[in-house]
Amino acid sequence: MSSPATAPALRRETYLNVSFGVKSWLLTTDHKRIALLYLVSITLFFFLGGFFAVLIRLHLLTPEGSLVTAETYNKLFTMHGVVMIFFFLIPSIPAVLGNFLIPLMIGAKDLAFPRLNLASWYIFNLAALFTLYTVITGGVDTGWTFYTPYSSLYSNTHVVPTIVGIFFAGFSSILTGLNFIVTIHTMRAPGMTWFRLPLFVWTHYATSLIMVLGTPVVAITLTLVAVERIFHLAIFNPALGGDPLLFQHLFWFYSHPAVYIMVLPAMGVTTELITAFARKKLFGYHFVAAASLGIAVIGFFVWAHHMFVAGLSPYAAMIFSILSYLVAIPSAVKVFNWTATLYKGSVSWATPMLYGLGFIGLFVMGGMTGLFLAALGLDVHVHDTYFVVAHFHYIMVGGAVMGYLGGLHYWWPKISGRLYPEALARFAAIVLFVGFNLTFFPQFILGYLGMPRRYHAYPPEFQVLNVLSTAGASILGVGYLLPMFYLVWSMRYGPIAGSNPWPATGLEWQTPSPPPPHNFDRTPVVTWEPYDFAGRADLQYPVPRPEPQMFQPAAHD
Amino acid sequence: MSAAHSALAEQFRDMEQQREASSLGMWVFLVTEIMFFGGLFLVYTVARAMHPAAFAAASRHLDVTLGGINTAVLIVSSLTMALAVYAAQVGRRRRLMGFLALTMALGCTFLIIKGFEYADKFHHHLVPGSGFSFPGAEASPAEMFFSLYFAMTGLHALHMIIGVGLVAVLLVHAGRGRYTAEYHTPVEISGLYWHFVDIIWIFLFPLLYLIDIHH
Amino acid sequence: MPEHIASPRIYLRICAILLALTFLTWRAALVDLGPWNLVLALTIAFSKATLVALFFMHVRYSPRRTQLVVVAGIFWLGIMILLTMSDYLTRHQLTS
Repeated sequence: MSSPATAPALRRETYLNVSFGVKSWLLTTDHKRIALLYLVSITLFFFLGGFFAVLIRLHLLTPEGSLVTAETYNKLFTMHGVVMIFFFLIPSIPAVLGNFLIPLMIGAKDLAFPRLNLASWYIFNLAALFTLYTVITGGVDTGWTFYTPYSSLYSNTHVVPTIVGIFFAGFSSILTGLNFIVTIHTMRAPGMTWFRLPLFVWTHYATSLIMVLGTPVVAITLTLVAVERIFHLAIFNPALGGDPLLFQHLFWFYSHPAVYIMVLPAMGVTTELITAFARKKLFGYHFVAAASLGIAVIGFFVWAHHMFVAGLSPYAAMIFSILSYLVAIPSAVKVFNWTATLYKGSVSWATPMLYGLGFIGLFVMGGMTGLFLAALGLDVHVHDTYFVVAHFHYIMVGGAVMGYLGGLHYWWPKISGRLYPEALARFAAIVLFVGFNLTFFPQFILGYLGMPRRYHAYPPEFQVLNVLSTAGASILGVGYLLPMFYLVWSMRYGPIAGSNPWPATGLEWQTPSPPPPHNFDRTPVVTWEPYDFAGRADLQYPVPRPEPQMFQPAAHD
Repeated sequence: MSAAHSALAEQFRDMEQQREASSLGMWVFLVTEIMFFGGLFLVYTVARAMHPAAFAAASRHLDVTLGGINTAVLIVSSLTMALAVYAAQVGRRRRLMGFLALTMALGCTFLIIKGFEYADKFHHHLVPGSGFSFPGAEASPAEMFFSLYFAMTGLHALHMIIGVGLVAVLLVHAGRGRYTAEYHTPVEISGLYWHFVDIIWIFLFPLLYLIDIHH
Repeated sequence: MPEHIASPRIYLRICAILLALTFLTWRAALVDLGPWNLVLALTIAFSKATLVALFFMHVRYSPRRTQLVVVAGIFWLGIMILLTMSDYLTRHQLTS
């Protein structure tokens, strides 16, 4: 350990400087380093998926679609979906923020299975290799949904390598979820009871349940498609008595809960952001915790709402429609409780709060339009149109990605020991919000007016809305690029952050920034309730601390 | 015991927490396996509901005797595995090694018998694909039955091979004196895995072999 | 929490019961009971699986949490099969 009196704060041993060299990173078992390894991987995939999106939006500037051929267009939207869902959204918050923060938040030294954690990153990279192989050698064109019999019998593109990639990505996801479940159950610090846990931990627990229960089903389903292609097994082949709808049942059994894998962690982040920047304890903590579990559980009962027009029995369709309305209730409970938390809070407009508020607004829009889709009669009209595309992008981009960026900003000081430039970050958040809405709101209108999704060309009367959407996408791109630059910049030139710059409650803020390799010098003993801002004099405004404030330039190294 | 203390991983507080975590970890993994095999059981349920007669006819081409023997083999192997765990719990090293070896032998017996069954299917053109040939009008759904037969027993056999491998590793470590009455968690959790694979076969046997043998 | 050590005699007894149930399931399949063949076969299979889980896998002596995990796994599989079959069974298209 460094000598306290004379050595500057930098010589303190942190997880970043405890060892150097490529091997110390590639063979690490420290959950914090693994989180950063994942950060690099998923950022690369985010830009790959974004690249496909750019090509799609450029192509759709004109009605006849002359940028790429129809076949290439099919590959573009397929690979955009596969990369964004399996290689960015599903890992994002859990693998980066969850890995980094869960041991810190519960007062543990690491996750339950650190080597399994590293293995799961390597498996993710193995999956990445298969996907990159597909991209380089000509792509896949089945849609990220791989509907049979096109995927199993007729497509001439690289279906099997893509499936192998997704299989391994899923395996990586399962191992992460398993690690989280065991860690949260068995490694909480003394006094850290379930109802003293931050909501971030509750939502990651709920997410892990979904990962563990759902992912194996898509794994076996896609395996069957691959096996049908390679060995000509007869499972989904209608000519041999199979039912293509059976594939859809199996596929959506995972892929619907998967969207909750994508949004629940962002909800956990949002709870942390709202409480920290309203300076108030969460309204209805128990309800929000229960709602997190409720979303995970009920989310498994609604999958066939993706199949309303595919040939489902109408009686089954009715059951699934009602259940789909039911799953909106716990989400609504959360939104209500966030709003009640804000009420009479001491609200600050720091960047993470902007993302948190953005999440709430955009998630509500996305969620409400989901209710339109859950209504059988309406769905017949808007299914497979841009209405659906807008709906899920509002949740996955307006919701999940904003939650991810908000969390990244909020915990950036803890992760890097530095503060990012606040003014520039707020500007980027606003640019992102404007760009996002300009990109996707026109798509609601397009869908309602009848423009089908996954079509490479469209009737000329839809061009104006498409141009607006593409213009929005370019603004959105700027909003994404800015944080990449200033976050990296801040690692070298940002002001040094103290252990609790916001300041906020939570065990992660009671250890230095960046944390030492084993997180805490002594195992904490928890005796306080979560989000107890009122009870802590040291957390009231103005903050009576000598540590550098966010808006004052601090001494650099 | 120095062996026990060196076996404590640094993220854990004590051996009890480590044992608890390892056990819960294996159980959560087994739940993922329930859902993994479960997808195949769902396909089977739907396919058999849609083509009951074809499934019955196809099922009669499976060898019930061999399937029955294999069921007994696996049940006894679960016994020997449970006895191996017991031996580890009471610190009887040689007995532990003996029961692990027996479990491996029984597992290999199962795989060999399975191999004979698969070879027989090849001979009779019952492997799905271009070489498939089944008498009567129910040829197509019968091909589905055999697709499921190979998929389900194949996935099960893959898990058996992994299980045999796991037990082999345990045997080597037991030989080196790694397991004591205080620390034998790997033996316990490998036992859980082995019993689970046995349970899968307990369902596969009646669902694949015994659909309709009274005609 | 010390682990429970079951006596080998229990394991032997359970093994004998399992082998007997296997014999029973084979003999029952030789008798034509119509749709009840499947019900009987599944009942026996579930009983065998339960015995393996409770005694060989020590679920009987395990903490509540482990038992909850097991029940959850079976429950989720059940949901998947039941809700999917709610489609097939109400389609009026099942052919023999």
